[in-house]
Amino acid sequence: MSRFRVSVHIVPRQGILDPQGKAVADALHTLGFRGVADARIGRHVVLDVSAVSPEAAGAAVREMCDRLLANPVTEDYEIAGVETLP
Amino acid sequence: MKFGIVTFPGSNCDYDAFRAVKDVLGAEAVYLWHKSHELQNADVVILPGGFSYGDYLRAGAIARFSPIMQEVATHARRGGPVLAVCNGFQIACEAGLLPGALLRNAGLTFLSQQVILRVENADTLFTNRYAPGQLLRVPIAHGEGRFTADPETLERLESEGRVVLRYVNAAGQLDAESNPNGSQRAIAGIVSAEGNVMGMMPHPERAVELVLGSRDGLGIFQSMMAQVSA
Repeated sequence: MSRFRVSVHIVPRQGILDPQGKAVADALHTLGFRGVADARIGRHVVLDVSAVSPEAAGAAVREMCDRLLANPVTEDYEIAGVETLP
Repeated sequence: MKFGIVTFPGSNCDYDAFRAVKDVLGAEAVYLWHKSHELQNADVVILPGGFSYGDYLRAGAIARFSPIMQEVATHARRGGPVLAVCNGFQIACEAGLLPGALLRNAGLTFLSQQVILRVENADTLFTNRYAPGQLLRVPIAHGEGRFTADPETLERLESEGRVVLRYVNAAGQLDAESNPNGSQRAIAGIVSAEGNVMGMMPHPERAVELVLGSRDGLGIFQSMMAQVSA
């Protein structure tokens, strides 16, 4: 078994109203960032896990997302990185 | 008839529910501790409001894995009545007892105010003491109450008469200002496909005596009493 640091992005699904993201997009427009078409605010979760391989660590975190970390009704997630720990 | 009221760490409407059941309705009530595996022969389970487990991650996401929730799910699968209020509604959705999800209020702020609800279906375990279309004054107190579901789920809820309560104005009409949290189709309360689980964001247990400003919520408890003891 090795240890891995897996980070995952969880964001509100496109098309679902994200009032927090909208408020931030409006503020960015006020600041002059006219190019911002959309902002969505989510979570970035970093997990240290033991697994036999980076693939297994990623698979375990995907299962964690399906069962707890993300809401399947309203959120999408993606593994942002898997880093091998010393 | 016995009501079991679940206490999670962070529940804060369990006492209100207990008082509504015991002192106002006149039924038996027991608290069910979140670590317990025993429903103590409760006929009805109430998942009360609050901020279970600090609402960490998402409202209701952690409470769903409490030991008592396994028993509540088994009770619900057997057709046992479950009333899920506010945080309880969020927990019931996270647990898959009800469809959809409750997201951050569209206006971003926590809302504590009276709302007017229209009874959309008076032929349920929870609303049979009301008249169809009856208007109820009941308070809300939540930051994450915006009911959201995919279009197919919304259509199914509508066509099966499972949208039980909607936010309306004083004339009983839908309008944007009267939908406090931006819920899809102004949905305030729904029931499960089998009709034995009801989730609602407003607090009927806080509207059971005139001293509280309204007793319009008492009918929810009387409806369960009428149906379950019958």
